[in-house]
Amino acid sequence: MRSAVESTSVHSTEAGHWGKEVRSDLHVAFEARDSGGTEISLESRVAPYYGAAIMDQTREVLDELGVKHARVAIHDEGALPFVIAARIEAAARRAGIALGKRSLPEQHPLPAPSPKDRLRRSRLYLPGSEPKYYINAALHGPDAVILDLEDSVHRGEKDAARILVRNALRAVDFGSGERMVRINQLPLGLEDLAEIVGESPDLILIPKVEMPEQVREVDRMIAEIKQRNGIVRSIWLMPILESALGIENAFPVATASDNIAALTIGLEDYTADLGVVKTTEGHESQYARSRVVNAAHAAGVQAIDSVFSDVADIDGLRRWGESSRAAGFEGMGCLHPGQIRVIHEAFQPTAIEIEKARKVVAAFEDAQKKGLAVVSLGSKMIDPPVVQRALKLVEQARAMGSIS
Amino acid sequence: MTVRTSERVELAHNAVGRAVPTMVNGKPQIPFLGVGTYQPRGRKAAPSICSNKDYPESGDKRVANLETALRKCGLRDGMVISNHHHLRDGDKVALMALEAAAKIGVKDLMWFPSASFPSQKSAVELMEKGVIHHIEGSMNGPLGDYCTQGKMRGMGVLRSHGGRYQAIQDGEVHIDIAVIAAPTADFFGNADGSHGKSACGSLGFALADSTYADRVIVVTDNLVPFPCVPWQIQGNNVDFVVEVESIGDPSKIVSGTTQITRSPDRLRIAELVAQFLRATGIMKNGFSFQAGAGGIALAFVEYLKQMMKQDGVKARFVRGGSTKFLVELLQEGLTDYILDGQTFDLDGVKSMANDPRHLATSPFTSYNYHGKGNFASLVDAVVLGATEVDVNFNANVVTHSDGRLLHGIGGWQNCLFAGCTILALPSFRDRIPVIVDEVTTMTGPGEMIDVVVTERGIAINPLRTDLLHAVMGSKLPIRPIQDIKTEVEKICGKPARPRLGDRPCAVVKWVDGTVLDTVWQVG
Repeated sequence: MRSAVESTSVHSTEAGHWGKEVRSDLHVAFEARDSGGTEISLESRVAPYYGAAIMDQTREVLDELGVKHARVAIHDEGALPFVIAARIEAAARRAGIALGKRSLPEQHPLPAPSPKDRLRRSRLYLPGSEPKYYINAALHGPDAVILDLEDSVHRGEKDAARILVRNALRAVDFGSGERMVRINQLPLGLEDLAEIVGESPDLILIPKVEMPEQVREVDRMIAEIKQRNGIVRSIWLMPILESALGIENAFPVATASDNIAALTIGLEDYTADLGVVKTTEGHESQYARSRVVNAAHAAGVQAIDSVFSDVADIDGLRRWGESSRAAGFEGMGCLHPGQIRVIHEAFQPTAIEIEKARKVVAAFEDAQKKGLAVVSLGSKMIDPPVVQRALKLVEQARAMGSIS
Repeated sequence: MTVRTSERVELAHNAVGRAVPTMVNGKPQIPFLGVGTYQPRGRKAAPSICSNKDYPESGDKRVANLETALRKCGLRDGMVISNHHHLRDGDKVALMALEAAAKIGVKDLMWFPSASFPSQKSAVELMEKGVIHHIEGSMNGPLGDYCTQGKMRGMGVLRSHGGRYQAIQDGEVHIDIAVIAAPTADFFGNADGSHGKSACGSLGFALADSTYADRVIVVTDNLVPFPCVPWQIQGNNVDFVVEVESIGDPSKIVSGTTQITRSPDRLRIAELVAQFLRATGIMKNGFSFQAGAGGIALAFVEYLKQMMKQDGVKARFVRGGSTKFLVELLQEGLTDYILDGQTFDLDGVKSMANDPRHLATSPFTSYNYHGKGNFASLVDAVVLGATEVDVNFNANVVTHSDGRLLHGIGGWQNCLFAGCTILALPSFRDRIPVIVDEVTTMTGPGEMIDVVVTERGIAINPLRTDLLHAVMGSKLPIRPIQDIKTEVEKICGKPARPRLGDRPCAVVKWVDGTVLDTVWQVG
C-alpha cells in the first residue's frame, strides 16, 4: 500500500492511497501552478465504467475549490464519489490553496435526531482513513458507528481524515445507526470539530478526558459552530476516561454539560497509565469500570464499556459483554462487525428477567387502575425502585426487539 | 505469427435475442432455441472397435515417454488433443503433451482441455508458433486475453462440464488423443486420482475422454503393480501408459486448507443464503445441496451446518467440489453422502480415499444433459456465484463487464437445474454494480435462476411464486431486484457500458450444444 504524506514542497502534494490491496480509495498527486489551466490524468481499475464520471467530478471539485491552474494525477482503486472529492480537497489544501473552500458531496437526507437516551449497546469503530468500511457498515446493524479521527489515524493523515469523515457524515447512509465521531485530544480535536460539526454528527466522543473543563471547551466550540451554521438538533457528548486521573474525576466530568449522553472508558490507555497488563478477565480495571458506572448513574447518563479487542474470541466477548451488563454498563465498542450481534445478545435482558419485569409492570398498572399507592405481587410488596427498574427493562426489551 | 480469420462470420439471433455465429471453426451451429427445446436425433458417437491382439497380453502398456506414446498414437497435423484439469493450476501434463507434440513437429492442433489455468500460459507461444490452432475449453488470464484480443486463429468454444461431455458424446467434438494425468495408475492403464503424491481426488472430468477418444494415454508419477484400485479410469480404454517424475505441483493441485471469507459483508451474504434455505423449508430432513469452494460458499456451509444442528436436520447427500467443510458434515453425521465432482483441499482428497460415503462422480452422472437424467437436477438447492446478473435474472459467469474472459463455465450451467438456484453475490465490486440492465455475456437464462442474495437483500425471481410465498412473514430482507439495483446505482453512480467489438472470438454453449451467446473481441 502506498500512502501519502505531506510533501515538503508547498506546491506539490498528494493525498489518499493506491496499490494492489487498496480498495475503494484513490491517490491524488497535486501540483499547483501559476498558469496553464487544469490538467487531469486518470488511471482507474474502473475506468471503462466510471472513467468519464471521475474526470467530470474532478473538474467540478477543482472548480468548487477555486483551483484554476493545477496538474492533478489520479490513481483510482474504485473509490466512491464522496471519497474522490475528499482526497482531491485534501491534496489541494495541502498545496496551500483552496483554503476556506470546500467541495461537499451530495447530501444524503439527514436521519431523525438521536434521542439522548437511545440504545447504545454497540458502536462500531470505522477508521477515519479507511473509506472502504463505511458504505456497508449499517448493514450489520450496529446501534452506532464511530468515525474515528483519533488512534486509528496516522498523525500525518489527520487533515485528510477529517475531510473524509466530513464527507462520509454527509453522503453515507448509516441507516438507523447513530452517527458518532471520535475527535482527537484537544487542541487538535477543535480543528476536527470545525470541519465536521456542520454535518450534524449525532454524538462526539472526546478522548482522554481528565477534567470537566475539557468537556466544556468542546461543548462551547460545538455550540458556536452550530449557531453559525443554524443547526438546532442536539449533538451529544461521550467523554472517554482513559487515565487514573480521569477515572478519579468521573463524576465532575459526567456532569460537565447537559449534552453528555454517556460516559465511557478506554482500557488500553487506562491500563497503560497504571502500568499493568490488560487481561481478558479485566480484574485490573474493575475499580475503574465500577467508578465509571457509578458516576454515570449518579449523573443520569449512560455508562458504556470499552472494547473487547480479540475479535476472533467470540466466547470471550460474550462473557465480557454479559459481565459488563451485570456490572451496570449499557453497551460497549466493537472493532469488527462480527462482534455486533454477540454484544446485542449479551446486553439483552434474559427471558426470565423480562418475564419477571412484565409481572411487576402488570401489577403496577393494576395498582394504578385501582388507585392503590402500594404495588403488590402475590404476597410480596414491591418497592417503587423495583417498579421503575421493571418499567425500564420492559421498555428496553421492546426497543431491542426481544418483545413486541 | 498471428493470423486473423478474414472470412465474414454470419450471425443469427437466438431465442434470448443474442447474436451468435452460425458457423464455428468450420462446423454449423444451432442457435439456442430455449431451455429444453432442442431435440437432438441420431446416435451417440463411438470410438472404433479395437482388438486385444494389438495390445500386449501381459497387460503392460508402458512406453518410454510421452513423445513415443504420441507418435505411436499416430499424432498428425490438425488433430484434437484433450486433457482434464483435476490438477488445476499445478498441472504439468497438458503442457508436457503439447510440447512433445511441438517437438514432433505437428501443426494446427485443437487443444481441448476440460479447463485451462494461468500456469498454462505458454500455450500462447504454442499458438503463436502454429502448433495449436485454437482452444475449445475455458480460458482466462493470458489465454483469455489472447482469445478476446482476437489473436487466436479459431474461435474459442466455452462449454460447461456437462456440455463438454455432451459435445464428446454427441460427436460434436471428436478427440483424437486424450492425455490423462493420473496420480496413481498401473501398467494396464487403470488410474485413480485419490492416491499418490499428486492426489487430486476425483478424475471424473477425464471419463468422456477415456471412453470416446480414439487413443488414450495415461501419464502417472505413481505407478503401482496391477491392479490400481479403485480404477476411476478403466485400463481397458487405455492405449499407452507413461511414467514421469512428476505430473504436477501438489501445492497447487489442492489447497492445504480452503479459507472461509473474512469479509463481514460476504459473511452476511452467506448467512442470508442459509437463513433463506431454512425459512423456505428447503433445509429439511433428507434434503440435498451443492456449494462451491469460494469464500461465500464455504461460509454458507458453516452457517447452514449450525442451523442443521439446531433444527436436528440431516441431508441425504451434498454435492462437491468437496472441501474440509463438506467432509466435516459427513463426519459429523449431517449428511449420508458426498457426491464429489472435484476435490479442492487435502481433507477432501483424504476423505475420498478413505471414506466409502465420499464418492467420485463424473460429468456423465452429474451434468450431461443428453442422458437419461442427471444428478444436478436432483439437488434441492445450489449456491453459485456470477460476475453479473441482470434485472431479468439472466447471469454472466464467463466475462468481466468489460468483455474480457474471466472464468470458465465449469459446472455452473449444469447446476442451474437444481430445485432452487441461488446466486450469492456482493451487490457491487470495486464500485462496479453487479446487478445490471443486461448482462455482457449470457451464460444462464433468467428462467433458471431463482434467487439472488446480496448483502443488501434477497431478490426472488417473480416466476418462483412458491418461494415468494414460502418466505412471507419471515424477517428476511426480501426485495425486488430492481430495488437493489437502484440503491447500488445511487451509491456507485450508473456505470457506462464498455464498448465491445463486433468480431466474435468465442461462443458460449448451452448444456444442449446450442449457442447461447458470443464473446466479442475487446479493444
